[in-house]
Amino acid sequence: MNTNAETAKVQPMVRYRNICKSFGDLKVLTDINLEIAPSEKVAVIGPSGSGKTTLGRMLVTLEKPTSGTIEIDGEMLWHKTVKGELVPADEKHLRKVRGNAGMVFQQFNLFPHMTILRNVMEAPVHVLGIPKDKAKEQAISMLKKVGLEAKLDNYPRQLSGGQQQRVAIARALVMHPKVMVFDEVTSALDPEMVGEVLLVLKEIAEEGNMTMLVITHEMAFAQEVADRVIFMEGSIVEQGPPQALFGNPHNQRTQEFLSRFRNA
Amino acid sequence: MHPPFNILVQLLRGTVVTIELTVFAALLAFVISFIVGFSRMAKFWPLRAIAIIYTEFFRGTSLLVQLFWVYFVLPLFNVNISALAAGILILGMNFGAYGSEVVRSSVLAIPKGQTEAGVVLNMKPSQITWRIILPQAFMIMIPTFGNNLIELLKSTALVSLITLNDLMFQGKMIQNTTLRTTEVFGLVLVIYFCLAYPLTLGVRWLERKITVGRA
Repeated sequence: MNTNAETAKVQPMVRYRNICKSFGDLKVLTDINLEIAPSEKVAVIGPSGSGKTTLGRMLVTLEKPTSGTIEIDGEMLWHKTVKGELVPADEKHLRKVRGNAGMVFQQFNLFPHMTILRNVMEAPVHVLGIPKDKAKEQAISMLKKVGLEAKLDNYPRQLSGGQQQRVAIARALVMHPKVMVFDEVTSALDPEMVGEVLLVLKEIAEEGNMTMLVITHEMAFAQEVADRVIFMEGSIVEQGPPQALFGNPHNQRTQEFLSRFRNA
Repeated sequence: MHPPFNILVQLLRGTVVTIELTVFAALLAFVISFIVGFSRMAKFWPLRAIAIIYTEFFRGTSLLVQLFWVYFVLPLFNVNISALAAGILILGMNFGAYGSEVVRSSVLAIPKGQTEAGVVLNMKPSQITWRIILPQAFMIMIPTFGNNLIELLKSTALVSLITLNDLMFQGKMIQNTTLRTTEVFGLVLVIYFCLAYPLTLGVRWLERKITVGRA
């Protein structure tokens, strides 16, 4: 493990322990052990089918690990302890721990029947129980932050892909999760819209306090924003600070993968 | 009294019964559509099985035969139901069976990402259903529900065969006594159309109103 002395002292925000995941006969992840420190920005790269999206989806309970445990901020996500024994978590426990995590999807997944403002207000009002006027205020200020305060009353379909993705980011941010998963958030966008979304991501990263797990194909972005880059191919093949991993990868598979990007 | 005017008044009396039947059967069908439609998607398999049997039974047997069963056969087992109640019940259950398929397919047509977005925002399953899935699925249901409603209105003519004095029943009565076949059935035809067409317009209006800004 490449955790430095400084991060080893504090309790990790996220801890994957011996995680394996299979879909039927297909083994997607093998023995993942990963700790992410509070406010650390981790970029996960790897070929498609390498299990990196599955890794992120498990953290927000969209996929269930076949074996192993996941902790968020010291609390088991998929299990709870009853009389000293680990038992599978129930829906109530899942909801409690999941509240610490948020996710932005590749396909935005905005609610098409709600205005932009309502998209961002929906969960604060109905999940956190924040009064409507206060939630509205927070939603507007978050939409301002992603540069969309002019689109409050529009519907998602009236926005460009880049704008929709920025709304999705605002929708996740108003919940103030401790850790956020960004799952290839620029992969579904037209090339000219990638920049505006990455810019927003970069601003969030620079604010510093949120733990981020960024699954991405944008190598330049990973290099610029991440504290640590992980190369995956069914398991963690290699990880390290961006300069080391991109500049001087040790593993042959990492080298091959990165060389494909250089040629492209 | 001019005979044609007389005919019309009697037909309108039957029309009231037809409207009554349509409204109550539609309400029953609407409720059944959702209950059976959601049961078909339930995790609990016996519930799914019951829903499938229900749907296949009502779709697979004749509406007219079902009406005869409830009105003529059940009394032999000491179950007596009025013609109106029998009509509402069988029409409602029949169109509920068709409607349940509309509900099911509309709900399944909503992309999985919508549910996932709700989960990630930590919504309860019930909130995801009511606030995210159903409002979107409902938009898909409206046109088909509209068609089914008109189909239901026209199917009410069958209840004339279990002695209920609806529009069709009155038409046949008057035809029998006056023998003015052309005028009577011509008027019956026009009245059915006058009932059905506003429904078409209403459904179209509802569709426009609900989808404003979103499509």
